[in-house]
Order: sequence, then structure tokens, then C-alpha cells
Amino acid sequence: MRAMVYRGAYKIRVEEKDIPPIEHPNDAIVRVTLAAICGSDLHLYHGMMPDTRIGMTFGHEFIGVVEKVGSSVQNLKPGDRVMVPFNVFCGSCYFCARGLYSNCHNVNPNATAVGGIYGYSHTCGGYDGGQSEFVRVPFADVGPSLIPEWMDDEDAVLLTDALATGYFGAQLGDIVEGDVVVVFGAGPVGLFAAKSAWLMGAGRVIVIDHLEYRLEKARTFAHAETYNFAEYDDIVVHMKRITDHLGTDVAIDAVGAEADGNFLQHVAAAKLKLQGGSPVALNWAIDSVRKGGTVSVIGAYGPIFSAVKFGDALNKGLTLRMNQCPVKRQWPRLFEHVRNGHLKPSDIVTHRFPLEDIAEAYYIFSAKLDGCIKPLIVPNAA
Amino acid sequence: MAYTAEKPPLTESSDDLRARIPGWGVDLDPADRPSVPRERFDPALSGAHWDFPERQPEKWPRERSIEHKFLTPVFGTSCPPRGVSGMMRKYAYKRFSEGRAAHWLILIAADRVDALGSHLRSFLTSRPDNPITETGLLSEFSHRGMSSRVGKKRADLVHQPLDAIIVGVPWVLAGRVAYGGVKGVVKVVGRSRRR
Repeated sequence: MRAMVYRGAYKIRVEEKDIPPIEHPNDAIVRVTLAAICGSDLHLYHGMMPDTRIGMTFGHEFIGVVEKVGSSVQNLKPGDRVMVPFNVFCGSCYFCARGLYSNCHNVNPNATAVGGIYGYSHTCGGYDGGQSEFVRVPFADVGPSLIPEWMDDEDAVLLTDALATGYFGAQLGDIVEGDVVVVFGAGPVGLFAAKSAWLMGAGRVIVIDHLEYRLEKARTFAHAETYNFAEYDDIVVHMKRITDHLGTDVAIDAVGAEADGNFLQHVAAAKLKLQGGSPVALNWAIDSVRKGGTVSVIGAYGPIFSAVKFGDALNKGLTLRMNQCPVKRQWPRLFEHVRNGHLKPSDIVTHRFPLEDIAEAYYIFSAKLDGCIKPLIVPNAA
Repeated sequence: MAYTAEKPPLTESSDDLRARIPGWGVDLDPADRPSVPRERFDPALSGAHWDFPERQPEKWPRERSIEHKFLTPVFGTSCPPRGVSGMMRKYAYKRFSEGRAAHWLILIAADRVDALGSHLRSFLTSRPDNPITETGLLSEFSHRGMSSRVGKKRADLVHQPLDAIIVGVPWVLAGRVAYGGVKGVVKVVGRSRRR
């Protein structure tokens, strides 16, 4: 089969690999029909995530058709169209039994702090991902869901991570009616977080980024008030000014490890790998939210220390909430929102690439060229 | 404002927002939010029909965090550790917990060693690494590289040139070493002919 393969920081190519075998009785092998590149894939692509091995196939956002199932699989059969959450999870451990699917303890031998994620380094379990023609899907009775007949493929693939994570991020903010919410980052997850904040009754939604084309999307897609931080000497002071010096009730970090806005922080994290992530957006969130407010973190960070302004969070009495999204838990409600038109995730898709052009897709997404917000990957066997 | 008791008024009422924004407030009630409360004990919900999963066969000694009691029943099988980088990875897992910086720093160093070794090995194959095609650099010309940057207030423009250095310097150094090697061989051959 053809699959994307990591060749070192900033370098990938498509190679011929063996079709993955069934390794466990509850495995399924899925033929991928549509995949996406996530902003967090760029952390791998840039060599930031420890234990990212040469030869690994990335991709944790994908949908497909079941090709083969293991002997204990009861809920799926070959030919089923399925969407697969980015989390690999067992459904039965202490954490899964409580709905914390992203914190599963039975799928990642390499680390106890994080669950399993498809195509996301050995730190997240060493599973090959879905930017390929076929992928192994463990716990087929637990993770995947049949794609509803009425759902578009592009909506389905965005439900496997980006939409679910943005929606989850808004929930972590504990938004109440009339809250002022600021979202740092107008990438796919930030756009969905902003849109979801309205569903939860926000009274004002502000989005901060430095890419004008993404801010334009935040205005049209997410109905948000937007500011380009590159136009302000100090975006935190501006946030105070526009909130009558109170600060926002909720701040959502939808940027994560490669945040811009502070050259030294960015270079230390993204270029020199000296910290787990550049916490610029997180620090702005801590500084912009009001005392007693809530900071929701859904941007991805690596496991190494980061220079976070923890003292300010303490002194302001903030609630810091964060997690990788337990995707499948979000789906029943999100299916309703997509079906009744409250959310149309595929509206943010800007580019579609064949698998063979995936090196260009990563470059364009990474360098933010051509108005790229969300690139999809179409495997040859689709 | 912050200096008096009342919250600053919003410019739009809830009714205005409900009229303007599709779906405004449909999840206002926390009971409609799927991750509220954070933990909901319901072991039957996931569809798992096991208390503890059957164990996946371990085909090679699988490295694992020493914070785990045992190898997890299911695990990824991509890219088994190999060579010097593999030895470094196994040491990081065996010796240091996830709480130790050394664990992660050794793994990151192993990633660089793995990359270097793989690049060198690729030159012994029919498909050597190609920094042009594997970086996707040519999309600078096909996807508006210049107009995506010029005249835009983008904060990333100050550090994007560093990407070229990160990718390019190892190739320049490798070229320099190769040039030195070839030069040395030519010199030795020349000397032996003169004799």
C-alpha cells in the first residue's frame, strides 16, 4: 500500500509499505477513503514530539471502509463505512469507564500521561496513522462508529478530531449565558471552539490570530469579533481595554506548541526543542482572562516543561482546564448539531490533495500559504 | 468595569444573538454538554465486552514506561527500535520515568540520530532522500508563496528563514564531508600513481 512516511524534521514522502495485519482479535483493518492533516501533525512534522521515529506514518483524522476484522469483533463487518476517533482506547480501563477515552491506560505502553493516538509518535503508543491507504484500528467494537447515511464524508472526517476538540474546548470553559470568551488561534480547532461558544450561550466571542485570512474566516464562519495580535504592541493590554479592564470570563488556548508572538519562546520550543511548546498563547490566555475566570487548553503541547506563567494563574485564582478530547463522547450531540445545521464543519476545508502530493500539503499548511486552513488527503485507493 | 461591582453590559442581548447566530444557546444547559460532568461512571457505554482486554502478542521486546505496571495489552507496532537510536530509546525507557527530563531529552536526541542514520542509509538505496521533493519546497511557486507573505502582518515571517537553515545545514555539512572525502581519495590515488 502507499503511505505517508516521516523522513526527519520537515521531510516526508510517500512509500510502499505492507498492509497492516490484524494484531489483536478486536482489531479492524480500515481502507482509508479520506484523511486530514491536523495542526498538531505539524508538531511531529517539525520534529518537536519526542520519540517520533523515521518511517512512521502520521494521521489521526481519517474515515474509511472496513476491509477486515479480527475474530472477536462484533459490531463491524467488512464494507462498513466508518469514522474513527483520533483516540485509541480500550473502553474498559478505570478512565474509559468514566468517559475519559483520551486518557485510556491500556493502549500506550510508552507513556502513562497520555493515551493512544493514531500516527502520533511512540510517545502516544507507536500506532501508524491514517495518511495512508490502510490502517490498523484497535478495539474496533469500541472506537469507530458507522457514518450516518446523511453525513458528508468531509463533515465526518472533521468530526474525528477538529470539530470534536473545538466543541470540547468550549465545554471546558464552563461558559454561562452572556460570558465573554476569547479564543487564541483561528485554525480549525479555534474556529470550531469559537462557533461552539455561541452554542453554549456566550455573549461575546473574540478570536485572536496573526493571519488575516483566518481572522476573516473567524468573522464569517464563527461570527466572531477578531483582532490581529501582530497589529498591537501588546495584545493583553488591548484585551483589557476592550473588556473595560475586567478581562474575559473564559479564555481558550487553541494554538498549542508552536504559538507565535514571542520570538524567543517560539524559537526555544519549535526550532531548538528546548521546551515542550511555546506557551505564548497560553500565557496570553492567563493574562487576558479575568480574575476567577477559566482557561481552557486544547492546543497540544509536548511532554517536556514549558515556560508557563503559573504564578499569574495562581494569583488570579484561575481555573485551568485541559485534556485531549474524548472524541466519541462528543459524537451523539455533535451529530445532532451537524444534522440540524447548527454546525457545518466542512465549511473550513480549503485544500484537497492526493496522497502522492502530501509533502506539498504539509509544506503549504505549515508555511500558511495559499489561504490554507484545513487540508484534506485523498488516498489512491479511496 | 473591574473597579465597580457591575459587569460591563454586552452590546447584544441574548435574544439578538439567538436571532443572529444559528444554534445560539442550544447547549446553554450543562446537561446537554457531553463532557459535563467530566467523569461519568458507565462501564457499559463504550461497547467493550471484556473486563480486561486480551493481550496482543509481543513480537519483539516492546519498550515501555517504567511507570506502567506491565506492558499494556494493546500497543502500536510501528518502527521497532533499531541501531544506535534504538539503543538510546531503550535506555531512556528502561532508566528514566516520564517525570525525568532525561527521559525526554534522550528520546529527542535519539530522533536526531535516527534521522541522520536514515538519511545516510538512504544513499545506499535506489531512492535516496531528496530535500526538494520531501520538503514540498516547490509549492512555494505553485501555491502563492510570495503573495501569501508580502504585505501581510504575519508574526511568523521573522522565524521562517530558520526553517531553511534547520533543513539545509545538515545537507551542506554532509556535502562538505563528502567533498572532503572525495578530495582525500583523489589525493591518495594521485600519490600512488606518481610512485
